[in-house]
Amino acid sequence: MTEPLLRVDGLVAYYGQLQAVRGVSFEVGAGEALAVIGENGAGKTTLFHSLCGLHDAATGDVAFAGERLLGAPAHAIVRRGIALVPEGRRIFPSLTVDENLRVAEDQHRRARRHAAPRWTRDRVYELFPDLAPASRRGGHQISGGQQQMLAIGRALLSGPRLLLLDEVSLGLSPVVVKLLYQALARIRAEGVTLVFVEQDVHRALAFSEHLVCLHKGTVRLSGASRGRSLDEVRRAYFG
Amino acid sequence: MQLVETLINGCLLGGLYGLIGLGLSINFGTMRVVHLAHGDLIVLAAYFLVVVLVPAGIPPLAAAAIVVPVMFGVGWALQHLIVQHSLGRQLDRALGRGVLPPLIVTFGISIVLQNVLLHYATADARTLQSSLASSGVTLGGIAIPTVRLVDFGVGLGCLGLLLLGLGRTALGRALRATSDDLDTARLLGIDPRRMFAVAAGISAATGGVAGVLLAATSTFYPSTGSEVLLVAFEVVVVGGLGSLVGTFLGGVLLASAQLLGAHFLGPSYALLTGHAVVLGVLVFRPQGLLPRTAP
Repeated sequence: MTEPLLRVDGLVAYYGQLQAVRGVSFEVGAGEALAVIGENGAGKTTLFHSLCGLHDAATGDVAFAGERLLGAPAHAIVRRGIALVPEGRRIFPSLTVDENLRVAEDQHRRARRHAAPRWTRDRVYELFPDLAPASRRGGHQISGGQQQMLAIGRALLSGPRLLLLDEVSLGLSPVVVKLLYQALARIRAEGVTLVFVEQDVHRALAFSEHLVCLHKGTVRLSGASRGRSLDEVRRAYFG
Repeated sequence: MQLVETLINGCLLGGLYGLIGLGLSINFGTMRVVHLAHGDLIVLAAYFLVVVLVPAGIPPLAAAAIVVPVMFGVGWALQHLIVQHSLGRQLDRALGRGVLPPLIVTFGISIVLQNVLLHYATADARTLQSSLASSGVTLGGIAIPTVRLVDFGVGLGCLGLLLLGLGRTALGRALRATSDDLDTARLLGIDPRRMFAVAAGISAATGGVAGVLLAATSTFYPSTGSEVLLVAFEVVVVGGLGSLVGTFLGGVLLASAQLLGAHFLGPSYALLTGHAVVLGVLVFRPQGLLPRTAP
């Protein structure tokens, strides 16, 4: 069996004083999509933050493309090829839409001076046509759907091999969610591996090969998404 | 006519005040650190010019051109070697040490700088001897000292350069992103330590320019840093934290208030009038003239 792109083994992480992730283990192969589900407080966001280096107190064993990840600072982890679309989108409010994209592009260029980038701003605008007319508007002046598109585009400009998405569809209309998943399918087709949090279990199962259900910081259910009954997932979800 | 002259002089002196505030504003905007040694860095620059460079035979303009990059280096090094460690895990918000350690550390730097200046440069009053200080222009019967025109022009020029640099360059975008949301900036590959050191360097470089102007405009002592810091504080409070244009306007308002106070009430009331205006702003518009518009 080939080495998985991301291997998480016995990860323990804290949210403040609270042990929010208690020994979580899973694997993601290159090019796959893994759905992470679980109710509020299950530890999904803390898990993602630990993988990105935002929680430096996390312990356990995390390997990305065969290299150990824990302990590296956030700005170094993104250079290795992991980008996060954070919960709440976290658009820079004092930067325009275009500047939000450029700030990611600038950093990626700085880190890899010679290699031609896979993603460019033009390609992001082509992927999300709704962003182009708003490119000169302030980051806080656009709709929630546009903000999510911008957050995904911004993460892509970091040139990730693994894209983590925390709450893809939270608070967005069904039309926008459909557009977002169409774009995610195109991103997958480019070879980017996806690990995403999705509250809509039906959609999570449909879009992923594998599934991890967290409950109070532990893995309650994991395995293939295909053929999984909704009832079984619901039982794991609510504990 | 005398009132108009006072107003114009106040506005012009405001250029220097605004410049003094800009450094504090940049530091706070990027790191959320109130740099209590900012006034002393400005005075350090003034001493470096008057006590080291000019006696060495370097012409004042060339000396000024040396002061600014040297001060950038001083600010960068202080941040990298000392202040950064007081921030510690502030980078990790959940485990942040809070705002007190950097306050204490910068206060310590302030005390050290003042005493080093006192030791090596004595407590004598200093000023930059130049033809600039004594010359003036008369426009339509209004007398304006040349040095004030220079204060305003240079202050405005620095504001313009900063706005251009922050608005149009990759470094500027990274600094603004860091200021907006530290964690998200880190997620895009921005090293916060580098940004903080650069911001501290830029802040100290504006302090270098302000130090040169201070030396040309007035006399100074090793302890002048505390007074300068007070001006910087008041300017930033009046202007609104985090807005560079607001900070500059705050400088103009504060200086005008001081000179108008001196005009109507007598020279000894200048500082008091300035403080009264700051109090008024705090009571009626605590967010300042031009607060940051972003949420």
